[in-house]
Amino acid sequence: MTFDVWLSDPVNWVYLAIGAAVLLCGVRVVTSQNVVHAALFLVGALAGSAALMLLLSAEFVAWTVVLVYIGAVIVLFLFGIMITRAPVVRDVGLDNKKARPVAAVVALATFAVLTYTSLLAFGNTEVARVGDPTPTETLAEGLLGRFVLPFEVVGFILLAALIGGITLARRDLSPAEEEERGAV
Amino acid sequence: MIVNQFLVVAAALFSLGVYGLLVRRNAVMVLLAVELMLNAVNLNLIAFESVLRTPEALGQIFAIFVITVAAAEVGIGLAIILLIFRNRRSANVDDFNLMKL
Repeated sequence: MTFDVWLSDPVNWVYLAIGAAVLLCGVRVVTSQNVVHAALFLVGALAGSAALMLLLSAEFVAWTVVLVYIGAVIVLFLFGIMITRAPVVRDVGLDNKKARPVAAVVALATFAVLTYTSLLAFGNTEVARVGDPTPTETLAEGLLGRFVLPFEVVGFILLAALIGGITLARRDLSPAEEEERGAV
Repeated sequence: MIVNQFLVVAAALFSLGVYGLLVRRNAVMVLLAVELMLNAVNLNLIAFESVLRTPEALGQIFAIFVITVAAAEVGIGLAIILLIFRNRRSANVDDFNLMKL
């Protein structure tokens, strides 16, 4: 398939716009020197990948990403940033400057290997057309049928993470305070 | 649409996550880069599902599992960072050497 043929499909224009936005936001997530900006650019990257998932006819997963990542995880991150009082203003100490060249080489090598292998393996394989979404019923039957055991395990992991998070993050009382509590 | 255009975006997001993981000093920023990588994996799973079209939508089910585990990971990770911050007054990963003698 030549590039002209590929470009004649309007869906691919949408893809190009979303893909460029995702990559731009992704670059800013790892290069921004302002921690709050980095977290907010992550919102853009996640929203863009949710849009790509919509293009790939995975509607339920796309909206799950919006709900869980953008709705909950980012709020948690902003909480973490505020509580650890990470320098909110432009700060030169946010990156380890010595690690930059090595990190760039490793990242570029990862990208080259992944892209080369996927180009080699898939070539011009087409994906399903837009407008043929996977019904949520299929996912529900899979999750509560064949995959009911992993589903329960994941639920247990969430419960363990909840209890673990509370236990780890709550402030330990000093012996004097504990005695005071005991007396009341 | 061919599948490779999505795989390339996912690979780029994953590499950006690797870069952030190696470069960032603040522990919260490191977790942010890990989120980027997990999201790239999700995008891959969805793209493969769109090619294979399994009757049970296996790729999407796995993506949902990944999202759940990622949410749990962020909760625990931030709790641990908070705990270390309280004891060390720092969120810099270079300062986290509690296991050193």
